[in-house]
Amino acid sequence: MTVHELKWRIAGGSGDGIDSTSQNFAKALMRAGLDVFTHRHYPSRIRGGHTYVEVRARPDDVRSRGDGFDFLLSLGDSFARNPDDEAYYGEEELKPLYEHFDDLNEGGVIVYDSGLIDEEAVEAIDLHERAEENNWHVYPVDLRGLAREHGREVMRNTAGVGVSAALLGIDTTYFEELMQEVMGGDIAEANIETLNAAYDHAQELDHTHDLEVPEGDHDGEQAMVTGSDAIAYGALDAGCRFISGYPMTPWTDVFTIMSQNLPRFGGIAEQVEDEIAAASLAIGASHTGVKAMSGSSGGGFALMSEPLGLAEMTETPVVLVEAMRAGPSTGMPTKSEQADLEHVLYTSQGDSCRVVFAPGNVQEAYEQTRQAFKYAYDYHLPAIVLYDQKLGGEMRNVPAEFFDREPDPDPGAVLTEDELAEAAHDAAGKFKRFDYEGDDVVNPRSVPGQEGGRFLATGNESQEVGHINEDPDIRTKQMDRRLGKLSAIREDLDEGEESNQTYHGPADADYGVLVWGSQQDTVFEAVDRLNDRGSSVKALGVSDLMPYPEEEVTAFLESVEECLVVEMNATAQFRGLTQKELGRFGPKLTSLLKYDGEPFEPSEVVEGFEASIEETDLPGGNMRLVPTAGD
Amino acid sequence: MTAFSAIHEEHESDKEDFTPGVEPQPTWCPGCGDFAVLKALKGAMPELGRSPEEVMLVTGIGCSGKLSSYFESYGYHSIHGRALPVARASKLANPGLEVIAAGGDGDGYGIGGNHFMHTARENHDMTYIVFNNEIFGLTKGQTSPTSPKGHKSKTQPSGSAKDPVRPLTLSLASGASYIARTAATNPRQAQEIIAEAVEHDGFAHVDFLTQCPTWNKDAKEYVPYTDVQDEYDFDRTDRREAADMMYEAETKLHEGEVLTGRFYRDEQRPSYGQEKRSTGEMPEDHLAERYFEDDPEFERVADHLIDRHK
Repeated sequence: MTVHELKWRIAGGSGDGIDSTSQNFAKALMRAGLDVFTHRHYPSRIRGGHTYVEVRARPDDVRSRGDGFDFLLSLGDSFARNPDDEAYYGEEELKPLYEHFDDLNEGGVIVYDSGLIDEEAVEAIDLHERAEENNWHVYPVDLRGLAREHGREVMRNTAGVGVSAALLGIDTTYFEELMQEVMGGDIAEANIETLNAAYDHAQELDHTHDLEVPEGDHDGEQAMVTGSDAIAYGALDAGCRFISGYPMTPWTDVFTIMSQNLPRFGGIAEQVEDEIAAASLAIGASHTGVKAMSGSSGGGFALMSEPLGLAEMTETPVVLVEAMRAGPSTGMPTKSEQADLEHVLYTSQGDSCRVVFAPGNVQEAYEQTRQAFKYAYDYHLPAIVLYDQKLGGEMRNVPAEFFDREPDPDPGAVLTEDELAEAAHDAAGKFKRFDYEGDDVVNPRSVPGQEGGRFLATGNESQEVGHINEDPDIRTKQMDRRLGKLSAIREDLDEGEESNQTYHGPADADYGVLVWGSQQDTVFEAVDRLNDRGSSVKALGVSDLMPYPEEEVTAFLESVEECLVVEMNATAQFRGLTQKELGRFGPKLTSLLKYDGEPFEPSEVVEGFEASIEETDLPGGNMRLVPTAGD
Repeated sequence: MTAFSAIHEEHESDKEDFTPGVEPQPTWCPGCGDFAVLKALKGAMPELGRSPEEVMLVTGIGCSGKLSSYFESYGYHSIHGRALPVARASKLANPGLEVIAAGGDGDGYGIGGNHFMHTARENHDMTYIVFNNEIFGLTKGQTSPTSPKGHKSKTQPSGSAKDPVRPLTLSLASGASYIARTAATNPRQAQEIIAEAVEHDGFAHVDFLTQCPTWNKDAKEYVPYTDVQDEYDFDRTDRREAADMMYEAETKLHEGEVLTGRFYRDEQRPSYGQEKRSTGEMPEDHLAERYFEDDPEFERVADHLIDRHK
């Protein structure tokens, strides 16, 4: 039976090559004409600890992880420390097998490395009972032995791919090509030999399952990118040529991509002593005329609070990215959450004056990172791209032509020396950089080294040229001017060709779902299913968090009877923001919350929606339905 | 045609060019040592042929942080302890600028100590002036990282139980390639040292003893001073001899003897910009210039990076 889609998982220990293998697997399916989407789950460990990647592939658009999965390639954990199931972390070697039992769909396939996991161990975890109950098809294959014989022991992942290809009917040519491109030389040859030996071996097995890879065809060439790639590429095409940072999961991916590519793009990357320095360097470089960025995850971003406020006060453009992970404190470093919204909106003393975008998928991550630079440099304020472990790590194919874009070297609102000669100066010849008398919210700036442009940037309240000033009238005018940028940006955004808010489902639907950031496309898939099941639902994915898209969300909420607000945190931060910004709609809103580290699956959103409309209980699990307080 | 014509011209300038023509006048207390830093800086700049608009002066917070208000140049009055990271990025973004950072002893050796260590380690071609008055002045007289052991203040009512930071030794261990100490009470030496520090191709650290007559010591407590070049026989290019000399100067300061002068100089060590260019991680041309070219050509992701994703 050719199914409409394939959901394949590779599971093993950190260090077993799960990431690289899944990447090649997804790319091979993409080249074969399918749309692909990956979901990555990993522990905060270098070696060992259960990690898996799920590849979902189908002939038409795939934009979310699926519900459950169909095919498990379990390598076992070759770095397991504790063979004993009484041990604190459980029986590590077997986790990449038994921890998937609850998610594997009826009729699914399991391939496990019997070179690592022996028959007795499998008895202990009730594999056969579970298989019988669920009609699973189990293929123990000595992947380790095959790898040893035809390549090297570490190539058991490749052997697993060969077995998967044989059992699913995938042409191995795609894998061979990729191995040659990615590895080359002897290593590629040994892998290809292992791949084909495993393929041949699996062809000889008695195939009891009827799962096959679907067929598909793309209109144009595709590129497989992660959210982190998209953010980094958006920054590079926006003309960013300076990054400073300090490693922290999961922001490290963007930092790494930028650091590896900036030198050949003629830019500079700096790994520095802490995040206070990281943000301060980006501010220093930007003040000096270079388009610059920094970023971190929640804890590191907390250290950036004071420089962030400095950029607001000195009107220094800067782009920061914040990759959320589950908090508070160190929390769960490799797990997803959307609980830093309020942190990013309001951190630093004084009234916030910043732009915050939360892209809903890979393409939006690219677009909105470019926009972050545009608004930061046109309006001289910090712009933040808020994303999370889920979006940063998930891979998805987009048409390669999506990236066929022109870079933007425009430094924004900056004067040339000729223009400076005509600009207003004080009696001592200082440039009136912070003029507050005109109608403009932003004054074009000068850059150090320009003749006729000297001024003082200061974190203190100041008058036109930057001298400290605490006159109540000047203070009020300066505050109004700076904060006025947010209304001006909102107008620009509302008048733009395309909204950053994404609509999905029938416009005249009775019910609504509001979502922000990385859960957007999962919700969209759920909305399709709900409509197929007879509900009348539409969704709005919100990306503009500051300045808030008041008109769009108001129109959306006015058009529906009730609305579910889906987000990955415990305190309904986005719903709170919506109520604060709009001042009404409270009774219409119910939150569907999840904060267990695992992103929503579409079926969970379906369940949550139905439970909220029918006012029934959720069927167990870690989700929470929370009506607006006071209702 | 450069977009930054203030940079790299031959300048004839004088002290007045670095003095703001209108308000503000310095708000420092009468007798404050900070005036001497301002004077030495104003004196050194024309001597070196610099113009106000090729100088980027980044300051921290405190009385010392107000230096950028009273010195005519491009200025950035940043936040407490963070002048160095702002300043060093400015140098990377436009190496043509003469970058100077300044702050107090709390700013540089306390809250910003981590940045001090790392900026010295990287050896950026810039100057760092620390106004060392051994006290927190603007917040009204609390014990600072350089206050001597036993120092009594409102926040250390029984006297500080901590040994003070040894700024010169710390600087040497961290990697600064020019280290000097001067004093407000010795304006001639101060101007010479500031000029040398600015000329030095690497991280030049000047620990500037600035008396705080309101909350700590007045000027007469920093005299007599001894110039270590005159009174001690040591080789300031030798790391060990320099370290011994620094240790002695730091110890003697709290015994009432003020040892100033040049303590260390390493002419061989390449600056950070040179190091980074040699590994191919910094463009040869000034990065900021790229954005101001008539028809700037920027690399495209589509041309360089997309093939690997196909």
